[in-house]
Amino acid sequence: MLLLIQYTLIFSSVLLLVALGGCFSEHSGVINLGLEGIMVIGALGGALMMRAMPAGTSALVIVLLTLLAAIVFGVVYSALLAVASINFKADQTIVGTALNMLGTAAATVFVKAINTAANPNDHSATIIYVEPKKAFVKTIGSFEFNWFMVVAVIVLILAYVILYKTRFGLRLMACGEHPQAAASVGINVFKMRWAGVLISGALGGLGGICYILAGVSQWQFEYGVAGFGFLALAVMIFGQWKPLRIALAALLFGLFRALSNVYAGFDFLAALNIPGTVYNMMPYIVSLIVLALTSGKSRAPKAEGIPYDKGMR
Amino acid sequence: MKKILKNDAVQSLIASLLCIILGLLIGYIVLLFINPEGAWDAILAVLKNFMKTANHSRRVKLLGATLVRTAPLLMCGLSVLFAYKVGLFNIGAAGQYVAGVCASLYAALAWHWGWLPCVLLAIVAAAALGAIVGVLKSFCNVNEVISGIMLNWIALYTTNMILMSQKQEASHYTLKLKESAPQAILPGAGLDKLLGYDKVTIAIPLAIIMAIIVYIVMNRTRFGYELRATGNNRNAAKYAGMAEKRNIILTLVIAGGLAGLGGAMLYLTDIEQWSVTQTSVPGMGFNGIAATFLGGLNPIGTIFSSFFIQHITDGGPNVDLSHYCAQISDLISSIIIYLCGFVLFLKTAINRGLAKSDEKQAQKEKKLAAEAKGGEK
Repeated sequence: MLLLIQYTLIFSSVLLLVALGGCFSEHSGVINLGLEGIMVIGALGGALMMRAMPAGTSALVIVLLTLLAAIVFGVVYSALLAVASINFKADQTIVGTALNMLGTAAATVFVKAINTAANPNDHSATIIYVEPKKAFVKTIGSFEFNWFMVVAVIVLILAYVILYKTRFGLRLMACGEHPQAAASVGINVFKMRWAGVLISGALGGLGGICYILAGVSQWQFEYGVAGFGFLALAVMIFGQWKPLRIALAALLFGLFRALSNVYAGFDFLAALNIPGTVYNMMPYIVSLIVLALTSGKSRAPKAEGIPYDKGMR
Repeated sequence: MKKILKNDAVQSLIASLLCIILGLLIGYIVLLFINPEGAWDAILAVLKNFMKTANHSRRVKLLGATLVRTAPLLMCGLSVLFAYKVGLFNIGAAGQYVAGVCASLYAALAWHWGWLPCVLLAIVAAAALGAIVGVLKSFCNVNEVISGIMLNWIALYTTNMILMSQKQEASHYTLKLKESAPQAILPGAGLDKLLGYDKVTIAIPLAIIMAIIVYIVMNRTRFGYELRATGNNRNAAKYAGMAEKRNIILTLVIAGGLAGLGGAMLYLTDIEQWSVTQTSVPGMGFNGIAATFLGGLNPIGTIFSSFFIQHITDGGPNVDLSHYCAQISDLISSIIIYLCGFVLFLKTAINRGLAKSDEKQAQKEKKLAAEAKGGEK
């Protein structure tokens, strides 16, 4: 049971971080379908940082530097989306999809190159981080507490305050609802949309490193992040683009994802004798059903996905 | 010269070639970063693919191998293209392709069906998956990209579960068709002899015929016109008396069928066996997206672009593996898709430039005419 709670919390943290990222981007008017790729690149940044740090580094330094690396990688990578969709008015769906493919391909190529350079016989795309991982985990009894749970809660509070209580947040949301109206009162729509996308890059990167630290202590970059970026988008839609509802949605989805990891530990679930694959499918099936039920009266930002054109009415 | 530049097809061609060149250039720079020594050779190896071997008959055989994989890629590209013309982004093509693989392999191995019913079942299964996306989109307003992705994973895991019963005892691959179900292998119709490779089948000409059919349906029929109208403006189509909900569902059913046919086209040649422990969705559907956009959103263009994408993908493993890995071709094709996002901007820039020079010329002529008039007085 404790294990289920532990996995639920950690997977919910991942989904919450990434979904909040998507929330910022969409409120500014840019659909960020590239979150999956951003997660991979963020994870790559964090993993490389953990690999590079010498053995004796203190836990706090490891945690901070890893988070920083993931954020920086995520932000830089999301700039590719921002420049294409904001300045060059590119189709956001194509660019987002390209970023997803590019993320996995680039991470695989780089990690393989690094591994092969270190050891000519090593052609794997795996980074191992058994030691540094311990810095993120605190064992309380049999419960493995992970610092990312705290990070997720802090980000949730920050996101709520920024979006609803600051001038910046309200302006950001105005750009996603009616950019021409926002521009008419002197808001720089381009700047606001850039800010929205870069924030989503930072949170996506954080979510990525959190995901690969969730259960395992090594990561094979060929596999990407198994659709988690898209699950986060489903969480965001289910949460109706509102931070607090997103948090609840993330808990629900996290629970189903966690079940696929630990279902064998429950006697009554194991007794049902359902193949493990079914549990693997659960999060995706649940998200389809949930989306079908909730998308009808969607509260999506009105101008999302439409490139900003000054001359349009 | 200007007239040629104004032609939309020419603009698309220029844009696609620019994307390829820039994509290769950026790929080259990335390789330089990794290891400056072999970068040029690696790019050449990727570009050459089957041209790399000197032996003629082997070269033809390798060309055949590339063609065998081009057929399903083209089908996935057509699937994405068909939906895109109706304003839908069918990222679910990857899952629909998997559904096609699942249905055709299971029918072949478990029920010992012939190749034609296997192919038809693959189309039906994939079309059903497409229908789910369509119904969710038109009745529940679910974004087709997100439902498509979710169904990709569901299709993958379901396929693994279903094909588990048809796997070889010692490995996690499905049984070889040649030994267990030779009746389901697509006929070669002489093409296999022509290229000296027994995996070459009627799938290749069939895929090209499908591309032409898609072109005709989209551009020359009332049905295609209605679909495109629905894509341009859903509400306008509705008020003009078109069944916009039906059109959306029908589009995704057809798109699904196309991708599913692709799945059958590859696996019924027995060139590959499905691994039932696979944990990632095959890249064929995603590469189809690349082929579509690189092909300038034109079915005929997609034939060439899918060959190019498959060509460089097959060239990937030819690189010097002590320096780089085979995935550099994935890297290059994903850079090319990213650049395809800029095509619209490029086209507007070309058109704006042309309009400006037209205006200048018109002004000049006016001036000349005025001067000529003045001279007369």
